[in-house]
Amino acid sequence: MTLAVEFENVSRHFGAVRAVDGVDMAIPEGAFFAMLGPSGSGKTTCLRLISGFETPTAGTIRIFGQDAGRVPPNRRNVNTVFQDYALFPHMTVQQNVEYGLMVKGIDRRTRARRAGEMLGLVQLDGFGPRRPGELSGGQRQRVALARALVNEPRVLLLDEPLGALDLKLREAMQDELKALQHRLGITFVFVTHDQGEALSMADRVAVFSAGRLVQVGSPAEVYDRPRTRFVADFVGSSNVLPPALAARLGGPAQWASLRPEAVRIVAPGAGRIDGRVVALRFLGAGTRVAVAVAGPAGAPPVVAFAPAGQPPPAEGSPVGLHWADAALHLMEGE
Amino acid sequence: MRSDARLPLALTLAAAGGLMFLHLPILLIFLYAFTTDERTYQFPPPGYTLQWFGVTWNRADVWPPLWLSLKVAAVATTLALLLGSLAAAALSRASFFGREQISLLIILPIALPGIITGMSLRSAYAVMDIPFSTLTIVLGHATFCIVIVYNNAVARLRRLSGALAEASADLGANAFQTFRFVILPNMGSALLAGGMLAFALSFDEVIVTTFTAGQQSTLPIWMLNELVRPRQRPVTNVVAIVVFATTFVPILLAYHLTRGGDATAGAGK
Ligand SMILES: Nc1ncnc2c1ncn2[C@@H]1O[C@H](COP(=O)(O)OP(=O)(O)O)[C@@H](O)[C@H]1O
Ligand SMILES: [Mg+2]
Repeated sequence: MTLAVEFENVSRHFGAVRAVDGVDMAIPEGAFFAMLGPSGSGKTTCLRLISGFETPTAGTIRIFGQDAGRVPPNRRNVNTVFQDYALFPHMTVQQNVEYGLMVKGIDRRTRARRAGEMLGLVQLDGFGPRRPGELSGGQRQRVALARALVNEPRVLLLDEPLGALDLKLREAMQDELKALQHRLGITFVFVTHDQGEALSMADRVAVFSAGRLVQVGSPAEVYDRPRTRFVADFVGSSNVLPPALAARLGGPAQWASLRPEAVRIVAPGAGRIDGRVVALRFLGAGTRVAVAVAGPAGAPPVVAFAPAGQPPPAEGSPVGLHWADAALHLMEGE
Repeated sequence: MRSDARLPLALTLAAAGGLMFLHLPILLIFLYAFTTDERTYQFPPPGYTLQWFGVTWNRADVWPPLWLSLKVAAVATTLALLLGSLAAAALSRASFFGREQISLLIILPIALPGIITGMSLRSAYAVMDIPFSTLTIVLGHATFCIVIVYNNAVARLRRLSGALAEASADLGANAFQTFRFVILPNMGSALLAGGMLAFALSFDEVIVTTFTAGQQSTLPIWMLNELVRPRQRPVTNVVAIVVFATTFVPILLAYHLTRGGDATAGAGK
């Protein structure tokens, strides 16, 4: 397996701010790799380290095996779809897309043809003569994509490319991006703070917190077996059980996570633990039921997901909670 | 609630009053260019005529100051465009020790009262034994014209040097190509706007000019002298209309250019 990008103990500090701190990571060629984390966790800085707009204060970055250390951004075979698109306002859509080919000295005819093909690929046929200012957000996003892809990069970096779009358009673009990546086979490195987006699009997810890489794995791994409380909570709002509670449930005294959808609501006494319903939240596909369980003081309620079709218990009623042995996941980290 | 509803009305009236106080005198200036009375500014004018436009055209003493003013404004603006944009380019690129201080020094002449600039230049000319000439006026005007161009260019460069320059480099362009294809085309309207503002400011400048002109008369100074003479007064008003047109039109254009530029530059965001 070829590695598109490797981080070896990479740090980027801005004075006292550790934007990226000791990150080790390997992005396989052809992967759809998502960097997921809350705002300020260092995702953009990681991306800029790959594109060359930031240099590491420590560590080594390799792109297809080659040390990227002194390679300036314009000489890296990597292109970026910027967070705000950064389209050239004084150029037409066609000129924007041709730009990368133009500065490489490719002749006018080839340029026009390839830009035309790219605009077709992102479904913007006929938009060539327009200015970026005349386009909608979704269309600008596609132009930015075409402008990057026309250079046939080996790695495409996308910094929250769907962040500015409304929900409906965002979902459509998620599918399109995924299909596009599949078709082109290019390595996509995708930054997002939306865990749903990361899980549904990527085949590898890297979770960042405060400049550190907390966990890398397939979406299922990260979702089902979070390594730390932070991952469990951030990726899909899991129940995080403190060690004392985990011990009471028969496990070792260790932090544990439990997916709400793995918890079944049963009659009091028929489950692994009893409690009282304290809050209900209707979510359409089902209801989130928060159950206060007897246990160590300050333990948060355990949340169960009652799928639609099964009437949720009334608030205040006593219930039992049950789950399969495998559902309780013990976390190694804090 | 009631006071909420009333306040805007009071404010509107006050604002309207303020604006009228500022602008009605300008209308009066225009009005008196058409009066038949050449000695006093009596209101309302006893009659209206277009004869003063012809009279002004035929007055030989109007033309040299006009040419001088145009020449000074043109040269000062050219100088400002050259030096102002270069200074902006240098100061927005590098971050070196003392950068903020240099930037402040460039902007200072516009904050300084014209009378200080004028006096200091005059004494400098005297110390260096430089005789008054067109050039001495040009230098005086250049001090504030450079600031105008510099400010316009710096604002635009700051926006450009970030995201757009990075996008260009990301697509494979070297520094020269980025400057040629991205920075420069986007600078055009900012420089044009700065140039027009500088031209307008220079064209009607009086204070610094008084100190740096010696015996020469620019158009505003000629007008000032003319006002104290009770002869063919409306001629001054005709000239005032010309000055107004030469300065107001560029300012209006500059305003629209920078506004339009912002809109298109922001649209890429
Ligand atoms: N050029 C910079 N100078 C100083 N601090 C920076 C700079 N770039 C990023 N940071 C800081 O680094 C941290 C991570 O930023 P960033 O990588 O943009 O996070 P994210 O993209 O995950 O929101 C933030 O605290 C941010 O303020
Ligand atoms: Mg970011």
